Amino acid sequence: MRAGILPKLLISPSVLLVLVSVYGFIMFTIYLSFTGSTLLPSYSWAGTASYHRLFGLENWDVSLHNLVVFATLYILVAGVLGLALAILIDQQVRGEGLFRSVFLYPMALSLIVTGTAWKWLLDPGVGLEHSLHDLGWESFGFDWIKDGDMAIYCVVIAAVWQTTGFVMALFLAGLRGVDSEVVNAARIDGARPWQVYWRVIIPQLGPMFVSAFVILAHMAIKSYDLVIALTNGGPGRSTWLPSVFMYQYTFTRNEMSVGAASAVLMLGAISIVVLPYLVGEYRKAKNG
Amino acid sequence: MASAATSRFDPTRILLYALLGVLAVLFLMPVYVMLDNSFKTLDEIRGGNLMALPHDWTIAPWTAAWSTAQIGVQPTGLKPYFTNSFLLVVPAVAISTLIGALNGYILTQFKFRGADLLFAAMLFSVFMPFQIVLIPMARTLGLLGIAGTIKGLVFVNVVYGIGFTTLFFRNYYAAFPGELIRSARMDGAGFFGVLWRILLPNSAPIVVVTVIWQFTNIWNEFLFGASFSNYKSYPLTVALNNLVNSSTGVKEYNVHFAGAFIAAIPTLVVYLVSGKYFVRGLMAGSVKG
Repeated sequence: MRAGILPKLLISPSVLLVLVSVYGFIMFTIYLSFTGSTLLPSYSWAGTASYHRLFGLENWDVSLHNLVVFATLYILVAGVLGLALAILIDQQVRGEGLFRSVFLYPMALSLIVTGTAWKWLLDPGVGLEHSLHDLGWESFGFDWIKDGDMAIYCVVIAAVWQTTGFVMALFLAGLRGVDSEVVNAARIDGARPWQVYWRVIIPQLGPMFVSAFVILAHMAIKSYDLVIALTNGGPGRSTWLPSVFMYQYTFTRNEMSVGAASAVLMLGAISIVVLPYLVGEYRKAKNG
Repeated sequence: MASAATSRFDPTRILLYALLGVLAVLFLMPVYVMLDNSFKTLDEIRGGNLMALPHDWTIAPWTAAWSTAQIGVQPTGLKPYFTNSFLLVVPAVAISTLIGALNGYILTQFKFRGADLLFAAMLFSVFMPFQIVLIPMARTLGLLGIAGTIKGLVFVNVVYGIGFTTLFFRNYYAAFPGELIRSARMDGAGFFGVLWRILLPNSAPIVVVTVIWQFTNIWNEFLFGASFSNYKSYPLTVALNNLVNSSTGVKEYNVHFAGAFIAAIPTLVVYLVSGKYFVRGLMAGSVKG
């Protein structure tokens, strides 16, 4: 039905909100990144000065390097572990629902809660190390969270714990949609179970891999809460991510234009990951 | 996909259950540790093993976390912030769900130019890093006179939540049987008639999915809370982070664990009661189309 005046009128507040507070604000932040704003926004054009400053900052280098390490490991480990869990659960397991709930419940928690729990679990003074010493394993050492070179891996561990169940659910939905005739044909031909998975089933999960990658990658780039709760960026600045950098420079170091520039780069990174996916899904929806 | 005929004592089945069991224990461990140690005294945590059950059970950490622990400079405990989170979540969820239902209805049942583009534009707002809107939103909240208030947080969470809620309702209504709507129109139902009498009464599943999704997201939200609230309007996540990360002197692990568990209870309860709908929201939010 063609839209009369009423539907158009009723959707216009949403249109206005999205136009202003998403796209308008994005333009505003992009503009700020080309000014010399410090504590407050200033509107005088300063060219690419804040980007030059940004790329010269060691804090940014550290943040970017950490993001590459964190995102790579997080996507790989959560992806592989999630797929493995989905395959294990797909073996007509008794109590399937219970297992699924157990693997997925961390997704319902706040990352601040997750960060708090893992902060003390990984703390050598009270957590795993301390407990294993207490049980008699005196030589056990696990102090990554206190070690500037290793602390970023602690962020990976906690993030993987939080989201693996989600990847599992995604792949499980994919496994349930696999064409069973092809699978049965492969079995009749004498393929071993792992061969069936490797050669027949997993190749059919292509769209699930794409979804999992896009979602994990965009979560990695946005990660903020977990780092704050788990390490607060430390020790030193060893677990800073671009999100932490942005907050620090904008709100505590009074270099707003540099903070804005880092936000623009984060938006760019997410757009590279998400836009092709959204365009692809949109085309599929239109043609299918 | 498993082969149908498997004998009861097949060694690979035993291995499968053993593996799943070990993984399940690993996944449950952090929450077990949180709960377990929240009933111990500080001395017991320092002197003993994180996995062991409490020797001398105590609820002192819970009362401390709830009503006396230092949050910032105030010894208020988490109680006022628990209230703040409810005052934030209830209106934010209700408003964003209503807007989503309305948008979903309009986007699927009426044709107008730019509808697809509008939806795509809303969808992208779900993915964007919120860092890109923090600075202008801080200014806007100031201009609107709601900076540092719960009202301001409601506004922010509604604005950046309608992408999700619109997505949920749009996909649900797109699959809604068209005959029902057509025959209602023949019977003279107008714009609101179709919405009230036909769509909404048949929307219970998607309303549940949306409410659970929004509740979980907004209850757990941290970045907006940290950016746009002050000590009076902190949501619970920000207060918890203050409790854990800014305490000087003795680290009261047991109080931190109790506090973290208090913050986790509402979303855990929702998950336990209606996990099915939570998963449906996750899937709807990730597999678009």
